[in-house]
Amino acid sequence: MAIRWFYYAAPQNFYALAGRLWPWLAALATALGVAGLWVGFALAPEDAQQGEGYRIIFVHVPVSWMSMVIYLAMAFWSILGLTFNTRLSGMMTRALAPSGAMFTFLSLWTGALWGKPMWGTWWVWDARLTSELILFFLYLGYIALTSAIDDVRRADRAGALIAIVGAINVPIIYFSVKWWNTLHQGASVSLTRSPSMAQLMLWGMLLMALSFWVYTLAIVTYRVRSLILERERHTAWVQALPEVSGAKK
Amino acid sequence: MRWESWSQFWDMGGYGLYVWGSMAVTALCMGLEVWLARQAQRQALALACTEAEEAS
Repeated sequence: MAIRWFYYAAPQNFYALAGRLWPWLAALATALGVAGLWVGFALAPEDAQQGEGYRIIFVHVPVSWMSMVIYLAMAFWSILGLTFNTRLSGMMTRALAPSGAMFTFLSLWTGALWGKPMWGTWWVWDARLTSELILFFLYLGYIALTSAIDDVRRADRAGALIAIVGAINVPIIYFSVKWWNTLHQGASVSLTRSPSMAQLMLWGMLLMALSFWVYTLAIVTYRVRSLILERERHTAWVQALPEVSGAKK
Repeated sequence: MRWESWSQFWDMGGYGLYVWGSMAVTALCMGLEVWLARQAQRQALALACTEAEEAS
């Protein structure tokens, strides 16, 4: 592969790459989202058991997946950061955290809105819901800790520990519906067997999941640029940027 | 299209509050996140510009 990993590990080079990438990612996420909503709300049939109420799935499942994927991505960048001591890793982890917290919040919130009509309760302390709530606190803990330490490199290292240790919670969330007797249902989609959903429902959900995935890539590449600017603002390359030096006149 | 009218669409078979509540809170959060990210970028740029002015 000709991708120059170490070249783009330098904040200066990644800043330029991210600037070129994010508008395309944002456009793609929007297109996928429109397609997903169309399939989910205009084409997909009603559910035999839950009627139209099941349509919450088109946001609930994608946001829940993202809440777990983003935490794993944070752990991945943290391991890279601690191993190679690259500056970009810490910034990537920090850029991911707010989106992860938001998706976890949305997972809990849309879950409550689904639980009320179907189970008769907004909340229940079962393993799936409780472990997802713990994930939310892990995100908040990461954000609070990293913003409380003034030295950014030290903050990154402390945060990396939370990200790595906390990652153990992700498989617990994922397998909680198998390991314990939960009110929350098991997976409708898995890699090992064919999905237990109608085709159009499945397509709507997958399109929405893809849309949220690309949206996350877009917002994280956008956000990491602000972090790079903020941290590297004393350097010659930032001051030579047209958007910085051009503003002087 | 599987809806006969808009009112049927908004009603969602009686689950309107839950379905549209979920969609609304998701849209709201994403909108807020995009807005906050833009603010942060503006602030970071302004900070870098001040730095550049002081240096020159």
